[in-house]
Amino acid sequence: MLDKFYDVIVVGAGPSGTTAARFAAEQGVSVIVLEKDRDVGYPVRCGEAVSKDGIEQFIQPDPKWIASTINSFILISPDETEVKINFNRTGYILERRIFDYELGKLAAKAGAQIITKAYVYDLLKEDGNITGVKVEHNGEQKEIRGKIIIGADGVESRIGRFAGIKTHVKISDMECCVQFTVSNISVNPNACYFYFGSEYSPGGYLWIFPKGSDSANIGLGIGGDKAKHRSPISYINHFLDKKYPQVPKLTMISGGVPCSFTLEEIVKDNVMLVGDAARQVNPLSGGGITSGMIGGSIAGEIAGKAIKQNNFKLLQQYPQIWHQRVGKRHEIYYKIKNAIYNFSDKTLNSIAHSAIKIPEDERTLLSIFKIALYDKPSLIFDFAKIFFY
Amino acid sequence: MLLIEIKPDKCDFCGVCVGVCPEDAIELKEASISIIEKRCTNCAKCVWCCPIEVLVFRKDKIQQLKAKSN
Repeated sequence: MLDKFYDVIVVGAGPSGTTAARFAAEQGVSVIVLEKDRDVGYPVRCGEAVSKDGIEQFIQPDPKWIASTINSFILISPDETEVKINFNRTGYILERRIFDYELGKLAAKAGAQIITKAYVYDLLKEDGNITGVKVEHNGEQKEIRGKIIIGADGVESRIGRFAGIKTHVKISDMECCVQFTVSNISVNPNACYFYFGSEYSPGGYLWIFPKGSDSANIGLGIGGDKAKHRSPISYINHFLDKKYPQVPKLTMISGGVPCSFTLEEIVKDNVMLVGDAARQVNPLSGGGITSGMIGGSIAGEIAGKAIKQNNFKLLQQYPQIWHQRVGKRHEIYYKIKNAIYNFSDKTLNSIAHSAIKIPEDERTLLSIFKIALYDKPSLIFDFAKIFFY
Repeated sequence: MLLIEIKPDKCDFCGVCVGVCPEDAIELKEASISIIEKRCTNCAKCVWCCPIEVLVFRKDKIQQLKAKSN
């Protein structure tokens, strides 16, 4: 069933993997995607929020994978002050299991092969060169040869390790997450709720993302240095017991979001890393779908061109293009994250109290950041770079 | 001696532990997880980061060690 050779082997069928596969296949080269789980798009390990602008670069919005349309954020401080921010740019809460599937189909339409239940347990090395992958598929061990390997294997990022790249994440940069999809709750179907502070999510935030008007993803992420003292599951159970006792829970998932800089090496020899595996997540929001797809699209296209032109030096362009498009901005977001996530409850409350004094139609994230600057003046320079770049 | 154990029935196979393990000492497939004992240094990063308390310290072994050192 499996051919023994492909130009490009992509490991992992999340959004960045299938996008890399699609962009490589569009160059007319042979591509296979190997997914360790039995389904593309399941299990979902994600809060499922994206911006409309971000996602539209890659796929036309389709009601079948949009659970909710978002036009405001409600930020909630430790003393429960609610700061509502309306915005013009729409966001979506996705149905990831359908969305990922559609991305898989786009890759397939471009010509990529996709195989599930295919666990890559090592790289194939011959005469010191990486020549493919070793894969366990349906209980059998096989070798698949390829010219370029793209690691899109998520937070685990083992393909990078096999290639000799240091991929493990500092625990303070690992947001350790748990999420329930709950039913029978009443939320604003067009607003995302964010709780900050030490009671529910020290070193991170707790989110409620609506999926329609009576269901929502309720999750939280806590930095590993904080999770060390008390586990995320214990924090979220505390929140649910207090706010939504007895609520029916349709799913529970755990996961980790690497909220750090992009890895120093995202290409080594003929191995490229994309998405969470390359640590291409927006470290401030923890959002990684769009940025991972951007990483995947750049890597996939370059991989395809490198093979067509038989010029593997092209791969070296990938980090440069990534940093220009997204990576540099993430470095600034990282600094802001470290400041904001370390604000005391008292500081968060005082920011919220000032923010609600701004009339709602003038309130923006920027105007709230400005208030935050009074508490942490050293951030001025970083903020300025983001907004006036 | 391995001072960490896995409660496999609780595991959601999410991979956080693999992402923070500096020694690549955790093997995770679709629905199975194990610690590679010869690589593990008991650094405990996996225990600290597991969101749902699947990786835990082996208190019996730690007590044994303490008893020995006393």
